[in-house]
Amino acid sequence: MGIDLIFRIAAIGILVSVLNAVLNKSGREEQAMMTTLAGLIVVLLMIVKEIAGLFDTVKTIFNF
Amino acid sequence: MEIIQIVGLGIIATVFIVLLKSLRPEIAMLISIITGVVIFIVVAGKLSNIVEILNNIADKAGVDTAYLSTLLKIIGIAYIVEFGAEICKDAGESAIASKIELAGKVAIIFLALPIITALLDLIIKVMP
Repeated sequence: MGIDLIFRIAAIGILVSVLNAVLNKSGREEQAMMTTLAGLIVVLLMIVKEIAGLFDTVKTIFNF
Repeated sequence: MEIIQIVGLGIIATVFIVLLKSLRPEIAMLISIITGVVIFIVVAGKLSNIVEILNNIADKAGVDTAYLSTLLKIIGIAYIVEFGAEICKDAGESAIASKIELAGKVAIIFLALPIITALLDLIIKVMP
């Protein structure tokens, strides 16, 4: 089961938004932007592998 | 009881998506993608069994395997296209979603062409 993946991504999302709020409050807008971008890229890297797995399973099941 | 796990997974993912939608809409979208992938992978084992049984039945009935494999390919394309298009639509990009659907329709018609030509050949042969 991949429920841990969902938990991990949600945790990254919450962490990034907290960091974003803190950095924005302390007047570091550009670093807040960078954390947002880094979080997005990390999650995207996690997702891309899974999507490739999905496409592979669909290909094997429906024998493309 | 896999179905209870899937429903629970969906509800938990929905809670996270609703939580993150106002804060980080891009990560909420990625959670919805990963939920779709995970649910499909959970179901995939059963689905491959079903496809195998369908192949066996077609073999027994003497159906040309090319037709069944084309049909399965079309189902796979339809599923993938639906998956991508729904994600685009959820993210508010319905223009890209409709283009993906168009590409899927073209791919399906392209795959179905041999069947259509076989049918037309049969009709022409039957007609006096």
